Amino acid sequence: MSSKVSDDLLPRPAKFSRRGFVGSLSAGILGAAATEAAGAETLADVPDRSPGADLGAHSERSRFVKVDRIPEATPGKRNIDASDAINSKTPHQKLVGNITPTDLHYERSHSGVPDIDPAQHRLLVHGMVGKPLVFSVEDLKRMPSITRIVFIECTGNGWENWKKADPELTVQNTHGLVSTNEWTGVPLKFLIDLVGKDKGSNWMLAEGGDGAGVDRSIPLTDEIVNEAFVAYGQNGEPLRPAHGFPMRLVMPGFEGNLHIKWLRRLKFGNAPWMTRWETARYTQLLANGKARQFQLRMETNSVITQPSGMMQIQPGYIRISGLAWSGHGKIAKVEISTDGAKNWKQAQLSQPVLSKAQVRFQMDWDWDGKPTKIVSRSTDEQGNVQPDRQSFIAAMGTNALFHYNAQQTWSIDEAGRVRNVLA
Amino acid sequence: MFSHDKLLLAGLFIVGLLAAPALAFDFGRPATPGEITLWDIDVGPDGKGLPDGSGTAAQGKQIFADNCAACHGENGQGGIKDRLAGGQGTLVSSMPVKTVGSFWPYATTLYDYIHRAMPYPAPGSLSTDETYAVTAYILSLNGIVPADGKVDRESLPKIRMPNRDGFIPDPEFDPAKLFRKK
Repeated sequence: MSSKVSDDLLPRPAKFSRRGFVGSLSAGILGAAATEAAGAETLADVPDRSPGADLGAHSERSRFVKVDRIPEATPGKRNIDASDAINSKTPHQKLVGNITPTDLHYERSHSGVPDIDPAQHRLLVHGMVGKPLVFSVEDLKRMPSITRIVFIECTGNGWENWKKADPELTVQNTHGLVSTNEWTGVPLKFLIDLVGKDKGSNWMLAEGGDGAGVDRSIPLTDEIVNEAFVAYGQNGEPLRPAHGFPMRLVMPGFEGNLHIKWLRRLKFGNAPWMTRWETARYTQLLANGKARQFQLRMETNSVITQPSGMMQIQPGYIRISGLAWSGHGKIAKVEISTDGAKNWKQAQLSQPVLSKAQVRFQMDWDWDGKPTKIVSRSTDEQGNVQPDRQSFIAAMGTNALFHYNAQQTWSIDEAGRVRNVLA
Repeated sequence: MFSHDKLLLAGLFIVGLLAAPALAFDFGRPATPGEITLWDIDVGPDGKGLPDGSGTAAQGKQIFADNCAACHGENGQGGIKDRLAGGQGTLVSSMPVKTVGSFWPYATTLYDYIHRAMPYPAPGSLSTDETYAVTAYILSLNGIVPADGKVDRESLPKIRMPNRDGFIPDPEFDPAKLFRKK
């Protein structure tokens, strides 16, 4: 019997168990602690049932499950002290389904995580309005609310691969800055009506209550006015501090930085403010030395999460699985190539497929044991196709730093080692 | 505070009944001009929001050394955090250096950012004049204002940054075209 046991989150089909774990996925260096423990060869090896632990006020993960975010900094800066981290990435290689667990939702914070007492938090809404108002958290909770599942993605997602592909990277390193949660809150439109926004106001400044006072100018297009909301709920509970407690802006389909956390001010005006974040930071430097500004929408994207970087596979049945998303709307289809982007097959999408939310895709594959490359590409309902690396770099250059959505290729060598490559 | 809010809410409720035909209830409370001033810190590229006061690059040198150099380096270079000076001419290279001098399009953003976010351990702790002075000093490190230069609410928006024309708006959200009447 092979000494490797499959990832605890990826149980293999029972019919393969007698074939030495053919097709099982090992999580490599990130494997769960329990992966080296003995399995159950026959039903007689399964431990007897017995009374379990006392019931608690909340439930913890099994001690056999090890899933963690990893704090990182700019490209190439990994395994760093938490005090030097600027983001913390979602472990997509260990997750299933469409929704990211709340505590594993990625985080990008610009001045740490403030410790805010909701009783002392206020939201000021002012500027070009009829009556400027101050709201408490309780005020918001009394208002009509909406609940929506959306992805939020840092524009830095994918930034490790602009210039080169470090073969040691996992999908957590390459694509851990996107997550999908269910958010609950008050439609922006409702607040706009309460304060009586001037018709002449078509830009809004949203500002956070963190040390950096992160602020962004938001164009009040019909789409944004109709879809943006101020959230106080996340997966059914109050927001976690890392994600903006007690309230944040949610901007479905748009740059993570626009989803202002710890929201404390909305100001209505008629031109962008040219804040540091929309000039010096989240702009994309092109090959000609000019920077693209106000590229606010997140592009059509996808990535194979199983098998992915640093895993090891064996010949035979492999279930390829991954995530796709688009800031333009719903994902229409995901195609997978298992021969280095020569031939493509359509993958299955897990229902429901929601607008501006991540969707799980999967496809069966029989690996013949020969070295190859696997890659996914998504197409959204507007017809936007995720670009291949070569045409993407031809358009954006290699200095843009943000908005990387080129197809992600994983190479597989004759030993079944899965590694990050550019194409 | 609680009873005051309650009174205010009761007042709003009555006013609401009299004045607003659509809603017989209301949310939040009116913001007073005084408290709006307290939080209304943003500065636009036209200089709107800049306060009275001024500072010189010479004054800023010492303030920078005391509050900024630990992270940003002696002359805005070589620190552990963002480089603030130099880098002009590197934006088309394979190793672009984005600094205030080489990349930032508006000098007003510098005042806004220092005032709202810096120094990192105590954002907003510099006085208005100190903030102007540090702004002038960082601009002087980039040769944008002279070593004895002074900035204030009049002069800052008039400064033409070297990379002012270095940005191309995304076609979908180009501020110059987005809400223009057809």
